[in-house]
Amino acid sequence: MTSIDESDSRPELDPRSGGRTGADQTDVPESLLPGTQEYLEDPRHYGIEEGAPWPDDVPRGQNDTHWRYEDDPRGARVAELRIAFCWLITLLSGIGLAAVYVAGGEAQVEGAFLFAGFAGLGVGFVLWARDLLPGHDVIASRGGLTHASDEADRRLAVQSLGRAVEPMARRPFLGKVLGGVLTVFGVSLVFPIASLGPAVDGQFARTPWRKGMRAVSEVGTPVKPSDILPNGVLTVFPDTGEPLDSQAMAQSAVLLINIGSAPFKVLPGRETWHIGSVGSTNCLVAFSKICTHAGCPVSQYDWWTHELVCPCHQSTFQVLLDCKPIFGPAPRNLPQLPLYVDPEGYIASQSGFTEPVGPGYWNRPIEINPFTHKAVKYS
Amino acid sequence: MSSTTERAAAQRRSSRVKSGLDYIDDRFGSSPFMRSAMDKIFPDHWSFMVGEIAMYCFVVLIITGIYLALFYVPSSATIIYHGSYKPLDGQSMSAAYASVLNISFHVRAGLVMRQVHHWAAVVFVAALCFHMCRVFFTGAFRKPREVNWTIGLTLLMTVLLEGFSGYSLPDDLLSGTGLRVVYSIIESIPLIGTKLVFLLWGGPFPGTSLIPRLFVLHEFLFPALLVGLLSAHLAILWRQKHTDFPGPGKTETNIRGSRFFPQYMLKGGALMFLTTAVLCALGGFVQINPIWLYGPYQPYAVSAGSQPDWYVGWLDGSLRLWPHWEFRSFGYEIANPFFPGILFPGILFGVMYAWPLIDAWIYKDHVAHNLLDRPRDKPFRTAVGVAALAFFSVCTMASASDLLANDWHISYERIIEILQIGVFVAPIGFGLIAYRVCIQLQRTGNMIIKKPIGGIIVRGGDGAYHTLGDHHGDHGANGDRLGGDLTGGGHLVRTGGGRGGAGEGAPGGAGEAASGGAAGDEVQSQRGSGAPKEAPPGVAGGETEA
Repeated sequence: MTSIDESDSRPELDPRSGGRTGADQTDVPESLLPGTQEYLEDPRHYGIEEGAPWPDDVPRGQNDTHWRYEDDPRGARVAELRIAFCWLITLLSGIGLAAVYVAGGEAQVEGAFLFAGFAGLGVGFVLWARDLLPGHDVIASRGGLTHASDEADRRLAVQSLGRAVEPMARRPFLGKVLGGVLTVFGVSLVFPIASLGPAVDGQFARTPWRKGMRAVSEVGTPVKPSDILPNGVLTVFPDTGEPLDSQAMAQSAVLLINIGSAPFKVLPGRETWHIGSVGSTNCLVAFSKICTHAGCPVSQYDWWTHELVCPCHQSTFQVLLDCKPIFGPAPRNLPQLPLYVDPEGYIASQSGFTEPVGPGYWNRPIEINPFTHKAVKYS
Repeated sequence: MSSTTERAAAQRRSSRVKSGLDYIDDRFGSSPFMRSAMDKIFPDHWSFMVGEIAMYCFVVLIITGIYLALFYVPSSATIIYHGSYKPLDGQSMSAAYASVLNISFHVRAGLVMRQVHHWAAVVFVAALCFHMCRVFFTGAFRKPREVNWTIGLTLLMTVLLEGFSGYSLPDDLLSGTGLRVVYSIIESIPLIGTKLVFLLWGGPFPGTSLIPRLFVLHEFLFPALLVGLLSAHLAILWRQKHTDFPGPGKTETNIRGSRFFPQYMLKGGALMFLTTAVLCALGGFVQINPIWLYGPYQPYAVSAGSQPDWYVGWLDGSLRLWPHWEFRSFGYEIANPFFPGILFPGILFGVMYAWPLIDAWIYKDHVAHNLLDRPRDKPFRTAVGVAALAFFSVCTMASASDLLANDWHISYERIIEILQIGVFVAPIGFGLIAYRVCIQLQRTGNMIIKKPIGGIIVRGGDGAYHTLGDHHGDHGANGDRLGGDLTGGGHLVRTGGGRGGAGEGAPGGAGEAASGGAAGDEVQSQRGSGAPKEAPPGVAGGETEA
């Protein structure tokens, strides 16, 4: 028996239902309308499909028309007044809210009135449902453990699918052509995504620092060695001749540190990278400010221990050991920038960085030419 | 219905309602649907309302979000600020940041809207997480609800993205720092990281493309996804109906609670108003994200105590806990942030998505369930959940390591080292404790039926014993025989008499053979078997621990 047969076998209903037929609508007499006693007693309202056998787990004759103060008119009246009082609070809050707005607004008072207004509305509704309306604690059938269809319906669905599956399967050629076409066409549709960003072209390893560029503060003033007192730090940027955009600033921020007379460990080949001699009262070194862990500016300097701490994840770098990471997740030293004092007495860079600044990435070179800014070494 | 006039008035109202419904039904034939919808029954347990609180937060977010969007300027263009907030007068900042200052200080009611919006986001994620824990610990994700579990998880991920994108829109120093870290995390993905991060940001960090793009994501793409996923989530819930806790009169094939109309509709609406009320109180009284104190974002600046919103804390914490390792060979490297920032959350969400399968495999349970497990009845699952929460908590604590160091006067290095150990010890420890607690609770529950129960024992005509006045007895609230029973262990025990639920594995036992007044026998047999860890009857084969 198909579903069509089934519905055909059922009687036609009320003409207003547009000719629809179905188990739910059969023989609903006018007397079973809301508000009548018959409606209330009609067992069909317990969520059980008509025609289905009465489930054993649903008690018969249960009546969910009762409400809390049904038999207590005085209690009902009090409940009514309680609800009205809640909504009165909402009304007053609304007036208060409007008044506060007109008077110029004040976040705390607005918050208070909004709270009282919505709370009054909500509590009123809860009390209304609890005290004066029926529908509590009803038991109904779920209509089975799951909503799984029976085997006959499943077979019919398979049949419907099969109408097209077989004829399609008989034309494997079309399937292959369609697969190929969709692949090519689909890939071509993805191309516009590439417009979202430029090609990666070594930008991750490059900074704007070049040979002979002066170090300038964030407002663009060049810096003399005497501007930074012992144990002082200053964030500087390369003086490229024009204002740096945010991207260049993010990549090129350098921390100038006057380590005073602390014993700085000079790596071989970096003997001339600092200003002033190690152990004298003024010795200036410069390191990239971009953390090698996740790229935050490493901006907390402890002059007592000469440690730099990144506020984001507490990577700690020992400046005296060439900013070697001594704690935290940072995996590499902060790159050092070679400094010199130019003829006019300002601090400038001898070249760019010799290694990429900032966090790691898949094809990060470990050494770059500080003059051509090309990667020279990958492993 | 006492007087004739009242009856007549009721008849008149009823006919008016009827003609109204006729108008609708003539066009849509909707009466059967409306009737079944209004008669639909929702269980009343409070823990089922937390998912709704999340939904109502979403409603508040949409309303306040539309208001904020009318004032927000999604632009990274640099401007000099000359607005109501004098301490930042003359500062250069992005137009986005200036517009949020404008919302906070110049737009009337703007600040309260902004703070309600932010609070709603924070509470939203909290409610979602609670809801997910409830579903997990009670086994509500089991067949037939596995699909809705995966939809829910996708919702959670979308909400996290939606939250983080919104948090980043003001372009203040704190959120900009967060974006810098996210940039580095994406950059660290092997092979495609650098390309991907350029596509997202439109070039090197920070650039000027991201803020407008985040706006599009936060305003259109993610909310549209959320609405779609939420609709699917609710439609499936509506179709499959709620789960429910076992209890007197509750079986796998029935549902007990309040009607959708009027009870649930009114109370649901009330819950929405109450949620809104609490969010408004928070937004009015409790300052959140005071971006004017953080200042505009500068790529070379950062402040100490940079913590994200709570729901991102676990990822920030995992970045702090992961050691200084990165791996390099043949000129290529897998950079440090990849492991805690991509791999770890990927594995975590992967396990969560797969959990319904894993759970079914562990418990060899492939049948459908409508009644929930009590967490104690599935000690292993509960232990896994508690371990995950402990892990999550340690990670979240780690994201506040610098603040904890400050407050507790311990160096931040020690805090991190303690938490690095704690991230392994805490899940194992709390998991074991949870397991033991579950076993103990099972025994506690068993004690109830071992104690003498008050009442009068009578012997029926069929020879069976009945306990009168025993609420564990075999009858429902209105005295109907139900065939289901809540024994001391909280398990719904089927008796032989009456119903045989379709597709359920009824437990083998002495009670099966009995009929008629089998309840007393059933309790007896439960006692006699002395099996404190007896699995609920719906679970074929029982638990592995049993």
